[in-house]
Amino acid sequence: MQSNAMMDRRDFVRQLLADRGDLAVVSGLGSATYDVAAAGDHPLNFYLWGAMGGTAMIGLGLALAQPHRRVAVITGDGDMLMGMGSLATIGVKQPKNLAIVVLDNARYGETGMQPSATDKGIDLVAVALGCRFKQARAVSRIEEAARVRALLHDGDGPILVNARISSDDTARVLPLRDGHAIRQRFIEALNCA
Amino acid sequence: MHSSIPVEISWPDKIFAHFQRVGIGQIGYVPDAGHSRLIALCQDDPKIIDVVLTTEEEGVGLVAGAALGGRRAALLMQSSGVGNCVNMFSLLRNCGFGCVVIVTMRGEFGEFNPWQVPMGTITEDVLRLCGFLTYRIESADLVDETVGAGCDMAFNGGLQVAILLSQRLIGAKQWTR
Repeated sequence: MQSNAMMDRRDFVRQLLADRGDLAVVSGLGSATYDVAAAGDHPLNFYLWGAMGGTAMIGLGLALAQPHRRVAVITGDGDMLMGMGSLATIGVKQPKNLAIVVLDNARYGETGMQPSATDKGIDLVAVALGCRFKQARAVSRIEEAARVRALLHDGDGPILVNARISSDDTARVLPLRDGHAIRQRFIEALNCA
Repeated sequence: MHSSIPVEISWPDKIFAHFQRVGIGQIGYVPDAGHSRLIALCQDDPKIIDVVLTTEEEGVGLVAGAALGGRRAALLMQSSGVGNCVNMFSLLRNCGFGCVVIVTMRGEFGEFNPWQVPMGTITEDVLRLCGFLTYRIESADLVDETVGAGCDMAFNGGLQVAILLSQRLIGAKQWTR
C-alpha cells in the first residue's frame, strides 16, 4: 500500500463494508452511492440519488427507530456541507448507534469537480466536535480503514469520520434507482435480519 | 382527561390522540407558538421521540429514516417551513414514504407581519405541487376527523398528507404584550 498517495475511495469503502453483518447503510447522492454499490450491492443499503443534504438525517431517523442496530451514513463533503445543521440535530439526540463517514475529496464530483468549502480548510471534524459528537476524527491513509470499520460496528456514537480521499475520477457503478424498490427491499431485509 | 377543555383550545389534544392511535414514534419540529401544546404533549409521551430540527427539511429525512426502521413519524411546522422543504419532499414521493405534516399557517387571516405573507399565501399550492394531499382546517370542531383521516391515508396508503391549520383557527400572533 502506498501511504503517501491520496486514498482511493473505492478501496476505502470496500474495506469499511467488508463482513458488514447487519449494518444498515445510507449513502449520499453521487459518488458515495456508487462507492457503496461498488463494495457489493446489499438490501440494507439505502441508496440516495437525490435529496442532497438529507443523508445524515435519514441516518438519524433510522438510528432512533432501530436503537439496537448499527447505522452508517456514507456520504460526500458536498452533501454533508449542505446538511451541516443536521450535525447539531444529531448532537442533541446523541444516538449511540450512528456513525457518519464523509468521503471528502474537497470537490463537487457530479458537477465538474468544482472545489467545495473543505478545499478552503473548512473542518467538518471540528464542526462535529462542536456539535457534541462523541467521536470525530480525520483519516487520510488506507491503513486506517480497519479502525474506521471497527468504529462503525462498535464505536460509541454519534461518530463522524472525515476521510480525505483522492479526487481522481472513478467509474460509475449504478445500483437500483427506483426509490420504491430500494425502500421496500431495505424494509424487508431489516425485518429479516 | 381533557374533556373539560373547550374544543376551540383543545384541538392540539385531538391531534395528539390521533398520533397515539396510529403509533407515531417520532416527531420532527422547529419550535412554533401554534404547535407549542402539541409539542409539549409529544415530549411528555415516552413512546414518542421528539427531534428539534435546525431547519424543517431535516424533518423530511427523519421521516424517511424512521420509516426505514419501521416507525411512523410526523412533522410539525409553520407555513414558512414548508418552503424550506421543497426539494427534500422529493424523497417522500420518489420512495413512497407515508407522511403527515401538520402546518400552522402564518401570513393570512389577521396577520400583522407582512414578511410572512409571501410564503403563507403559496403554502398550500407548494404542498400540492410537491405531491401532497392537502386539507385545510378553519374551525376547531373539524380537527379531529380531518387529522384522523389524514393519518390513515398517510400510513395505510403511503401518501403524503399535509393538514393546514388556518390562522383563523390558531389565532393571529399577538404583537402587544
